[in-house]
Amino acid sequence: MRSKLGDDVDPPLMFEPYRSTLLRAPRQPPVPLPPTVTERLGAPAAWLRTLTGATDLTRQHREPPLGQRIVVSGRVSDEAGRPVPDALVEIWQANSAGRYAHARDAWNAPLDPNFTGAGRALTDGEGRYRFVTIRPGAYPWGNHPNAWRPAHIHFSLLGPAFGSRLVTQMYFPDDPLIELDPIAQAVPAAARDRLVGRFDIGSTEAFFALSYVFDIVLRGQAATPFED
Amino acid sequence: MPPPTPSQTIGPFFHYALPWRGGADLAAGGGDAGARLDLVLPEHRSLVSRREPAGRVEGTAIEIAGTVRDGAGAPVDDALLEFWQADGGGHHASAEARFAGFGRAATGPDGTYALRTVKPGPVPGARGLAAPHIAVALFARGLLRHLTTRIYFADEATNADDEVLLAVPAGRRHTLLAGRRAEGRYEFDIMLQGGRETVFFRL
Repeated sequence: MRSKLGDDVDPPLMFEPYRSTLLRAPRQPPVPLPPTVTERLGAPAAWLRTLTGATDLTRQHREPPLGQRIVVSGRVSDEAGRPVPDALVEIWQANSAGRYAHARDAWNAPLDPNFTGAGRALTDGEGRYRFVTIRPGAYPWGNHPNAWRPAHIHFSLLGPAFGSRLVTQMYFPDDPLIELDPIAQAVPAAARDRLVGRFDIGSTEAFFALSYVFDIVLRGQAATPFED
Repeated sequence: MPPPTPSQTIGPFFHYALPWRGGADLAAGGGDAGARLDLVLPEHRSLVSRREPAGRVEGTAIEIAGTVRDGAGAPVDDALLEFWQADGGGHHASAEARFAGFGRAATGPDGTYALRTVKPGPVPGARGLAAPHIAVALFARGLLRHLTTRIYFADEATNADDEVLLAVPAGRRHTLLAGRRAEGRYEFDIMLQGGRETVFFRL
């Protein structure tokens, strides 16, 4: 969907400090897509609801996982500020030591047999979602010497329209690795802090979990087709 | 008015979270199509979601297969493709329909994907009917934003009047056409960068 703020918020496709973009970013300018029915429609909520998944990532195995238990919640809205109900929110992340339950992550940090790290939820009538998980650890990668990804939770949003699709990452406040991370730094400075979750004492649950709030704004307008 | 949330890369570790078993089979079928269970650690595989196939779907059953390659021609073995389409009658998913028209396929170790579906019918366009097409979103490590493209069918005469194809520079239109390889089988490769770069769209 065409955003009124244009390209001021998204990272570019080619960003040399993030080395994988060098051979994967398209070089040709994108072709503007005239707005059509295809981008304005999306999979119905009744169908999305049948995709099984967990909202509590700490209760999927025999024991709770190691690490700091956190609530991660927020509101999904559109560019007009209206809530987006029935949006599919999917998250995935490393465990508290910074290790993914994935065959290609083999760095020297322990796996947690009690943590898979994937969640799936549909936003409610007010566009809200809520997960319980543990705070992920940072992990090293081969982009440049001594490169570390800041602690992050991956988010995927499948909104009411295929055209408002978003994949992003949530970071944690006061993490010194964010300023050193080429993936986060690819986002224009004015928009970057929108990727950082907000610690919220109000939704912290005493003797149970800390809490971070991550509100998400999808492109376009949920209810009516976007008009220039 | 709140500004939109910025995009970030999907990264290389999504396989235990996003694909579901049968996700690349939109027609009758199912199985493990679209999932990369070899990349999910064995003790976590049971948590990968499975969906039952849609049952009878209006349209002709087809398969579309292809390879995703990067600017050096190397296969992209860690991409995620998403597909969105109408059924053979030109109807997108509705609350009553069991055909959602939405699927996911992770590329294999050789960079290939395969989608089993029905050939979409024409849908309304700005001027009359749009040519049959499947909308595609592509995510991968090294892509800071997802790419958007479309699969059209080389054997469709209505392509000549399609408003989206006409918006594409004439010399690059062929990159959006899936070639017919056999009865019900089409081929659609995606080249991320280089001389044969696929057309990608900006919404």
